[in-house]
Amino acid sequence: MRRIGIDVGGTNTDAVLIEDGKVTGAVKAPTSEDVTTGILDSLKALAATGVLKGKRIDGVMIGTTHFINAVVQRRHLTKVGALRLGMPASASLPPFCDWPEDLAEIVRGGVWMVEGGHEFDGRPFMPLDEAAITAAAREMKAKGLRSVAISAIFSPLDPSHEKRAAEIVAGEVPGASITCSSDLGRIGLLERENAGLLNAGLADLARDTIAAFEQAIRDSGIAAPLYITQNDGTVVEATQARRLPVYSFASGATNSMRGGAYLSGLLDAMVIDVGGTTTDVGQLRHGFPREANSVVKVGGVRTLFRMPDLMSIGLGGGSHVSLDPLKVGPLSVGYRLLREGIAFGGKQLTTTDIAVAAGRLALGDRAKVTHLDAATCARVFGEAQRMVEETVDRMKTEAGDVPLIAVGGGAFLVPDKLEGVSEVIRVTHGDCANAVGAAIAQVSGECDQIFRDMARVDAIARANELAADRAVSAGADRATLSTIETEDMPLAYLPGNALRVRVRVVGDVAAT
Amino acid sequence: MSLRDITLDDIESLAVGAWVLGTGGGGNPYLPLLNMRALYREGYRCQLMSSEDLDDDDWVGTVANMGAPLVGQERLTDSLTLARAVTAMEKHIGQRFRALMSMEIGGANGVRPFMAAAHHKLPVVDSDTMGRAYPEAQMTSVAVGGLTPYPLTAVDVRGFESIVHKVPTWKWTERVGRKICVEYGSVAATCQPPRTGAEVKRWGIHGTTTKAIAIGAAVREAQRTHDDPIAAILKVEPGKLLYKGKVIDVARRTTEGFLRGVVRFDGLDDWRGSAMTINFQNEWIVAWHDDKPVAMTPDLICVLDSVSGEAVGSETIRYGQRVTVIALPPPAVFLSERGLQHVGPRAFGYDLDFRSVFSP
Repeated sequence: MRRIGIDVGGTNTDAVLIEDGKVTGAVKAPTSEDVTTGILDSLKALAATGVLKGKRIDGVMIGTTHFINAVVQRRHLTKVGALRLGMPASASLPPFCDWPEDLAEIVRGGVWMVEGGHEFDGRPFMPLDEAAITAAAREMKAKGLRSVAISAIFSPLDPSHEKRAAEIVAGEVPGASITCSSDLGRIGLLERENAGLLNAGLADLARDTIAAFEQAIRDSGIAAPLYITQNDGTVVEATQARRLPVYSFASGATNSMRGGAYLSGLLDAMVIDVGGTTTDVGQLRHGFPREANSVVKVGGVRTLFRMPDLMSIGLGGGSHVSLDPLKVGPLSVGYRLLREGIAFGGKQLTTTDIAVAAGRLALGDRAKVTHLDAATCARVFGEAQRMVEETVDRMKTEAGDVPLIAVGGGAFLVPDKLEGVSEVIRVTHGDCANAVGAAIAQVSGECDQIFRDMARVDAIARANELAADRAVSAGADRATLSTIETEDMPLAYLPGNALRVRVRVVGDVAAT
Repeated sequence: MSLRDITLDDIESLAVGAWVLGTGGGGNPYLPLLNMRALYREGYRCQLMSSEDLDDDDWVGTVANMGAPLVGQERLTDSLTLARAVTAMEKHIGQRFRALMSMEIGGANGVRPFMAAAHHKLPVVDSDTMGRAYPEAQMTSVAVGGLTPYPLTAVDVRGFESIVHKVPTWKWTERVGRKICVEYGSVAATCQPPRTGAEVKRWGIHGTTTKAIAIGAAVREAQRTHDDPIAAILKVEPGKLLYKGKVIDVARRTTEGFLRGVVRFDGLDDWRGSAMTINFQNEWIVAWHDDKPVAMTPDLICVLDSVSGEAVGSETIRYGQRVTVIALPPPAVFLSERGLQHVGPRAFGYDLDFRSVFSP
């Protein structure tokens, strides 16, 4: 198995080659405005090391923050027709009702609400009003809308109304890109619908970006299928990523956690990724990041779908340090460290200067930081340690010491001994952990729904079957599937022993 | 007679404060708040009145949603359906309401009377029947007062309207009402048994909307100025700081339609080395400090996020959260022998004699 993993970050595009489980090449190139050039440059740099010569590559896996950045920066977004099936319920809170107004202005192409949807126990809530859907689709077409988001009440339990509506819309608006909220997941109409609207708003960007990725790979002369990494540390084929770009929102952080797991050989551990400005902490379970169970805001929009549960604090290699009173971060010199840090002749005291003074890092000019004595350095490291300890503890799900994998350029801020941590593990290629995480990604399937009048064990078994089927249809090899997450929660107030079960299954990419 | 104009900023504060008074349950007021933002954008306005300004023979409608919180996340609460529950009651009893009020100030139902009131152009009485959140209809001041437990109207957004015409006790109001609610799809807008002005004055728990707004305003102001939001709450309410710590274990189970369980905490700051556990049945019921009961229903036990000051609910509390536990004084009506029978620790299955955090 020979794969190339690429991480397209804000500053650098990293590429690694993994052969039979080992990192055999790793390079960095500056990220370019047009994406293609940066990827092409990194692939050329990788080729220049000679590691690719005469070898067949099985897949190129790309992780990118492109889509989330588009939402945050309000750029390259498509106008969306929102179609909700559920009238007369929820009418007072229409699609886009809790969006920041500036973003709604850009994405809202029109809102249509018609009868349909289901009850929590699978009964139809109202019959689907197909005539109204046809009328809505014609109005969308007349307005020139080509991207449509469809949401129905309780569609995670029964997606049939959304699917039927999608057929009708596709018939009326040929070539439209259509997002069904049930493809994105969880109970919680507004949050699921928001994820669908964001997804539909990224339709054009996803098409263009993935075309650019494909072009870069073609131009580099590598003949291998393209996969895109997702929030949960798995990959999908490029065609599916084009359809569901929101699933790639947080792939950067996820990939670095997955890479940390891979490079350390640990499947259950905490991972701390210390960058220049921020530190992300997450928890690996069976080699995958634990997911957020609660609402995650993206660009000011409340969403609820597969996202890693991360805690970010303002601590990094470029963090400002003030000594009296002692304060580390959250301000940071960021990429200007090599100009503004004291060890580099600048004026701003940073954590990197402290590390240089203490001899932890050999960077810049140590003579410029000799005024920082050992006691001062110890105080600053002590503060960083306190921040790290608290964040790690907050991200744990149970008491007891856990191993901590430290990756990222600022990992020198993580001491070898921490409260609540059994061992701090540092890995080679830790600075390319995210590209490694991309290279090793698998394919997943998920089931999250309510079961009634079933024994708990039967409900979980049924959820497993559904999740496995979804993984296979996403491109996994059935023989390699394994369940990596099972969670069940009894539901207050609902009769019939209602149990909400969430199961996630992963497997290797099937040979094509 | 004076009416207080309620601004949207008041409603924003009410949502935060009502969630604090929810004592772990009652549902997050986020969706009612979104409804109110939409109503205010469309030009609707609400007013608050004191129960003292009611005439004895006025009629007052008590508004609440019933149902499973999870269903409420798909079939979103809407103001017109609540307003229809009120209309159905007016028709049934052949009387027009002078004002509306809240059944339960704690949680989402603390905001819902305003949703109905906006459409009916009626004031909301600054009183409720729980002073907090409780899981069942007999856990109210009006049930303690032995007031008539019927009729009840329950409305579904599709247009169905049901009336519980006559039942012998508040437990039956709960039982029959719950059945209707489940058939609707586990969510119903209800108008609770109507009250006269005299009954509200005698048995209502007064000033609770104002109290929720004050708590919410204190938290929001502290968030804006980066002050300690817990201290801010304790400045506007005669509460007691019980504990600071972090969650180290959460055990939940659903029995008889309730979310029951226990949360364990490990102390931080002045409480380092001491443990707290809190039992819950939707709401926080009994808090134990190093195995001694230190606070119990009807005292309000509020578990708050130590940083934001916002309430943490029993459905979503999770390991590692930094929380501060405070107690707020209980409504006086629950301190009588009869009151404690309805909402004291034994009503929830704890063989404890009630002792208030606030008793000398």
